[in-house]
Amino acid sequence: MSMPWLLSHPDLAEVSLGTFAGVATRYLMLRSDYRQYPSYPHGRIIHLALGLIAGALGAVAVPALFDKNYTAITFLGMAAQQFRDVRNMERNTLTALDAQELVPRGAAYIEGIAVVFEGRNYLSIFAAFLTSLIVTLAGWAPGILVGALCLATAIRFRKGKKLEDVAKVEAAPVRIDGPNLLVGDVYMMNVGLNENRDIIGKQAIGFILTPKNDDARVTLANLGQRQAILHDVSTRLGVYRDDGEPMLLPMAKLGLASGKLGVLFLPREHDPEKALASVSSVPLLESAIRKPVEANRRAEEKAVRGG
Amino acid sequence: MAVVTTRESGFAGGTPVFLARDKEELQALSHSLEKILNAAAHQLNEDSFLLVYRQ
Repeated sequence: MSMPWLLSHPDLAEVSLGTFAGVATRYLMLRSDYRQYPSYPHGRIIHLALGLIAGALGAVAVPALFDKNYTAITFLGMAAQQFRDVRNMERNTLTALDAQELVPRGAAYIEGIAVVFEGRNYLSIFAAFLTSLIVTLAGWAPGILVGALCLATAIRFRKGKKLEDVAKVEAAPVRIDGPNLLVGDVYMMNVGLNENRDIIGKQAIGFILTPKNDDARVTLANLGQRQAILHDVSTRLGVYRDDGEPMLLPMAKLGLASGKLGVLFLPREHDPEKALASVSSVPLLESAIRKPVEANRRAEEKAVRGG
Repeated sequence: MAVVTTRESGFAGGTPVFLARDKEELQALSHSLEKILNAAAHQLNEDSFLLVYRQ
């Protein structure tokens, strides 16, 4: 199969280039990183196969539409249903696994991951559609260029915001004052046994997260976001605990007066610098982002205009 | 879940109360109970520990 042969079959060129762009986009966005998901070879195969289907659907839509075959749009609707199922599948799998984690991900984090899986399939449909469209309108060379542009955009926007974008992350001393345990000036809990106090005194690392603005204050207060911080740091540095040891559970508590978040955890690997880096790079959960400042400002503007 | 104390009075109600002879036994009893019950031992005051179920 040579290039001239492919060029003499323009529909095939559209579909194959479009599909390739779609699958490549999906592959680039399918990363198994420190969160170890999807780390299993079969998990990756499932998502690559779905990426192939998404790419093919997006690529085929263009020649179908040019052929005035408008029912092709209904297939896109069917695809959307399919990818909503992907979101369900991810949610169910992760929720089932979460019960076996020493430090669980939490429902908000799982929902965030599931939404990303669904969204990325739509992105690969879009990349495939766009590439296929440009191949049809302007030929294969501009099509390849647009495909590459889609990949570059996917890489650029693959990463969401991080915790350090909304909060100042600082290491803070862990103090044990009688039975009271404090990180910086945030009260964490009451520790009874001397044995536990010794372990915490030796192993614990503390951080204080200061919100950079009023919106960030709400985000840090979100329980799902806090659980995500604890899970991510525990995955990267390990945990010094076992099942049935509630005193050694990593925890995050809010200093009510200041809005600062105190984070305490007992890592297996006692490396404050790595710990600081991992807290700073915890992803911000979409479900935890609120914008009360903007909403209030709009309401005020509306009131001024209305009055 | 349970109270461990060196005081003979001061606790009433449905919670089991374990009496300890001294501070050392107070720590030892609380430690054993914490491991047995998978609970968290908190210090209520100098003489008493409270075992609380968490998670």
